[in-house]
Amino acid sequence: MNRIRQPRDVEPRFFGLAPTQASFEGAVATAMFREMLRIRRVEERIGERYAEQEMRCPTHLCIGQEAPSAAVCAHLRPQDLVFSNHRSHGHYLAKGANLNAMIAELYGRATGCAAGKGGSQHLIDLDAGFMGSAPILASTISVGVGAAWAAKLDGRDEVSAIFFGDGATEEGTFHEAMNYASVACLPVVFVCENNLYSVHSELDIRQPPRPVAALAPAHGMRAAVVDGNDVEAVWKAAGTAVAHAILGEGPTLIECVTYRWREHCGPNEDLNLGYRSIDEFSQWQQDDPLERSRSAFLAAGWLNENVISTMEQEISEELDSAFDFAIQSPFPDPRELATHVFPDPS
Amino acid sequence: MTERQLKYFEAIHEATDLALGADENVLLMGLGVPGPTGIFGTTSGLQDKYGARRVIDIPSSENAMTGVALGAATRGKRPIMVHMRLDFAVLSLEPIVNQAAKWHYMYGGRVRAPLVIRMIIGRGWGQGPQHSQSLQAWFAHVPGLKVVMPSRPCDAKGMLLSAVQDDAPVIFLEHRWLYNLEGPVPDGVYSTPLEGASVLREGSDVTLAACSYMVIEAMRAAETLASVGISAEVIDLRSVAPLDMATLGKSVGRTGRLVAADTGHAECGVASEVVAAVTEQCFASLKAAPQRVALPPIPSPTSPALADLYYPGANEIAAKALQTLGRNDVLPEPPSDPGRRWRDTPDPSFTGPY
Ligand SMILES: Cc1ncc(C[n+]2csc(CCOP(=O)(O)OP(=O)(O)O)c2C)c(N)n1
Ligand SMILES: [Mg+2]
Repeated sequence: MNRIRQPRDVEPRFFGLAPTQASFEGAVATAMFREMLRIRRVEERIGERYAEQEMRCPTHLCIGQEAPSAAVCAHLRPQDLVFSNHRSHGHYLAKGANLNAMIAELYGRATGCAAGKGGSQHLIDLDAGFMGSAPILASTISVGVGAAWAAKLDGRDEVSAIFFGDGATEEGTFHEAMNYASVACLPVVFVCENNLYSVHSELDIRQPPRPVAALAPAHGMRAAVVDGNDVEAVWKAAGTAVAHAILGEGPTLIECVTYRWREHCGPNEDLNLGYRSIDEFSQWQQDDPLERSRSAFLAAGWLNENVISTMEQEISEELDSAFDFAIQSPFPDPRELATHVFPDPS
Repeated sequence: MTERQLKYFEAIHEATDLALGADENVLLMGLGVPGPTGIFGTTSGLQDKYGARRVIDIPSSENAMTGVALGAATRGKRPIMVHMRLDFAVLSLEPIVNQAAKWHYMYGGRVRAPLVIRMIIGRGWGQGPQHSQSLQAWFAHVPGLKVVMPSRPCDAKGMLLSAVQDDAPVIFLEHRWLYNLEGPVPDGVYSTPLEGASVLREGSDVTLAACSYMVIEAMRAAETLASVGISAEVIDLRSVAPLDMATLGKSVGRTGRLVAADTGHAECGVASEVVAAVTEQCFASLKAAPQRVALPPIPSPTSPALADLYYPGANEIAAKALQTLGRNDVLPEPPSDPGRRWRDTPDPSFTGPY
């Protein structure tokens, strides 16, 4: 495999996984486009307002990487579970978790999804099946496998979808978790969002030239590497992966090659740092997953400009009210400092 | 001539530069080490200067890469490994605790592991439960590890140079809030012993023994106490394993009172160890029960409204000192800063990188 530098270097490959034959059409495409648009606008709004210094927590935006969230979660049912990493907003939103509670969490408010105790790096919404995000690399991968194990033990039809970055695949626990998910034949979909960087360190100095997905066959698992900015390609691969999980046919790894637009952590652009070239960056910006689906779906007649502007309007209103909700919410009471260390007796 | 002033991070950078320059076997490794922000400036430019063979970026494989560093150390290399947060080094406990700490002992002194592992302790701006742990007590608990937490730039430089020279594994802990503090730093190579505390302020009524960022708070507390006529001695522990009992004993022998302040949790922590050791060894000198100022048994919360309540500082140290003196003076309020709503940054200009 050649170094991936530009979008056109991404070569889809399938390891024992066939993309779904289900037809990709209007309703599905439109819903995914809307979800991607919503994630983009949420992240942009956070980026705009971060400078006010009221969201006082490290925040990792996923602008440019919206497609895997939208496409994988499109296959998940309400009872399915999502586990996530530091760059979690897209995963959280696409699983249908509560926007107000997320924004309030970023603002450190009592109404936040983690009661203000976690911030952007520790989102949760159990009602939506969003089981938690954590910034220690690869830390939630084994936890997601454990949730799938519990589902299997109890005979519950639940799939665990676990999102993580390319950097996380360098941790031993990722390999150990894949091994166990495979040997125990668990209903897991591992989703690697490979954005070619771990903070400022490029993939090529950290990993040999092979797709992350190629690690899965060594653990007896199916896998695919797909263009992670092509929502349809991710949707097709994820469809089969989720179907295998539901049928009790074990785990799958899907690698989605994509690209982060903003700085690793924080609201700004970071081309001034020089770790990635302006040329590289602009190639990927032209490969914008949102624009690609917009033009493809307009051409297919699934979307029209009126529909899009209605979406924009709705999302903007939803965001206004989420930020109002957060800002009007109280901070946690001082007594909350010492609560939750241990659960109350149930 | 005024002494040369360096910031803490600059002192670390200078020590690393000198260590790499002095010995071909010194290696510098860690995720982001050669990157554009250079571990908050402590490693900037060093790959350009010493080359990509010796100054390396690594995969985020803390566990294996610590074993790799240990293996290289057994073959004559002197690696310095860097973690942007102590919390990330938790993934490498096995090679640190079971291996590096014990190889010299369990192989009967036949092999040495001259390894330095730098870990940065975070705080503030909502770093929360997984980016701001102060787990020095874990390492200090393990025989075979030296654990140091310098608070001043001159000690950071001198102790890092000593750590690289030392044939034992050294855990070198740096608090993020020290990074921009300035102090006099001598030029060139020198070494500061890894095991000694230092008396930063002499006093006769109460001993304030602190490590890392809590030394800054203890110095502020000593000022406040002076304003109500109390003379506090401030000891910078510098090393938390081993503890410098001679310096502590001498001080408590004179003051008869002790407040131990640590950036970690009180329970089973460094402050507890200081109090226990002083109580055992200087019981007859004590005029009051020693006190601890450390974190409560609660994970670090993210919301600034809770984080502000979480971290003790100069006020708490001064209050405990008064308690040992049986006094209940009302201490002067620290000058208020109307522009600052929260205390979750070392100064208002701090908005990251975290
Ligand atoms: C165990 C551990 N090591 C290091 C870090 C510091 N860190 C935070 S995010 C990050 C980058 C991870 O890259 P990747 O998994 O590719 O995710 P991305 O940020 O690119 O989305 C690193 C190294 C960490 N959080 N946890
Ligand atoms: Mg990445």
